Amino acid sequence: MTRYLLPLGIFGVLVALLFVGLHLDPREVPSPLIDKPAPAFLLPQLHEPNKTLSRQDLLGKVYLLNVWASWCASCRDEQPVLMQFAQTRQVEMYGLNYKDQRDDALRWLEMFGNPYVASVSDTDGRVGIDWGVYGVPETFLIDRSGTIRYKHIGPVSQADLDTILLPKVRALQGAP
Amino acid sequence: MPLLTVLTPRSIRHDRGILKLLRALCAVAALLIFSGTLGTASAARLDGIDLPEQYETRYKALIDQLRCLVCQNETLADSNAELAADLRREVREMMVKGKSDQEITEFLVARYGDFVLYNPPVKSTTLMLWYGPFALLALGVLIAIITVRRRGRTEPTTLNATQHQQVQDLLRRQDEEKNS
Repeated sequence: MTRYLLPLGIFGVLVALLFVGLHLDPREVPSPLIDKPAPAFLLPQLHEPNKTLSRQDLLGKVYLLNVWASWCASCRDEQPVLMQFAQTRQVEMYGLNYKDQRDDALRWLEMFGNPYVASVSDTDGRVGIDWGVYGVPETFLIDRSGTIRYKHIGPVSQADLDTILLPKVRALQGAP
Repeated sequence: MPLLTVLTPRSIRHDRGILKLLRALCAVAALLIFSGTLGTASAARLDGIDLPEQYETRYKALIDQLRCLVCQNETLADSNAELAADLRREVREMMVKGKSDQEITEFLVARYGDFVLYNPPVKSTTLMLWYGPFALLALGVLIAIITVRRRGRTEPTTLNATQHQQVQDLLRRQDEEKNS
């Protein structure tokens, strides 16, 4: 009996592994920054370039940092989701405008909506590199102590919001 | 029209012409092949800031060891992605600032993880990657040894008198058929 059960068992394990592998996205590289202090930044704000925003300014609150750009096609896909989400006012969302032209960025926000409390301009992409950005859009969740708790790569869907991001946000907001 | 004369079969210069044509084609092919390599080599200058000559060999060796995250199967040296260009800029700037290869690698790993390295370090998360194939090989060898041993151990079949007689008869019949 084991003569047949053993190969069958091995085959079963192989099928299970391949099945799991089928659902993994090789483009999603796990970030080494999770549970590490968010990288420091000090950047001009998109709407008011003479004002700045830094990591320090955001300490003490749970917030989302969404990396976006006007040249990014899939940012358009997530913008309606983000717009709707912003209206619920559950958590503050800031934008990191990555390697963009200011005029293009402002026009883009007018066209597709501005869900951000504020956006900062990372024109040369250096802050993006510090945050390990490699595929826009990306969304980071940062807790009160300024620690990165979660990173979402690619456009955020309503399902991602409801099942992953929001529960994590609530857990962090509930924490002292 | 020289090409036409070259291709005219009855032309006296026929052989020499074909040779010339082949030589020209080879030159073009070689040019195409080498332009690929040259493209990579000149990436250093294409990105804007010139790199002092003393760093060039080190720089090329280093960016050849680093993976571009956007187009995962290309090195930083080969990639045309914008992020790759930005990361090459970072690498160059750190080199000029006197950072060692290790410090530069650490900078990138801290941001993008071991994935940026084509030669990832051996640690708990990469154990499977490094030793998995050897473990599988050992398992295969083990299974092969066990199977061979088990087969060798099977008892030799013994025949009783009637079976022995049957075999003899069969063999004899075969011999007779062959001879007839």
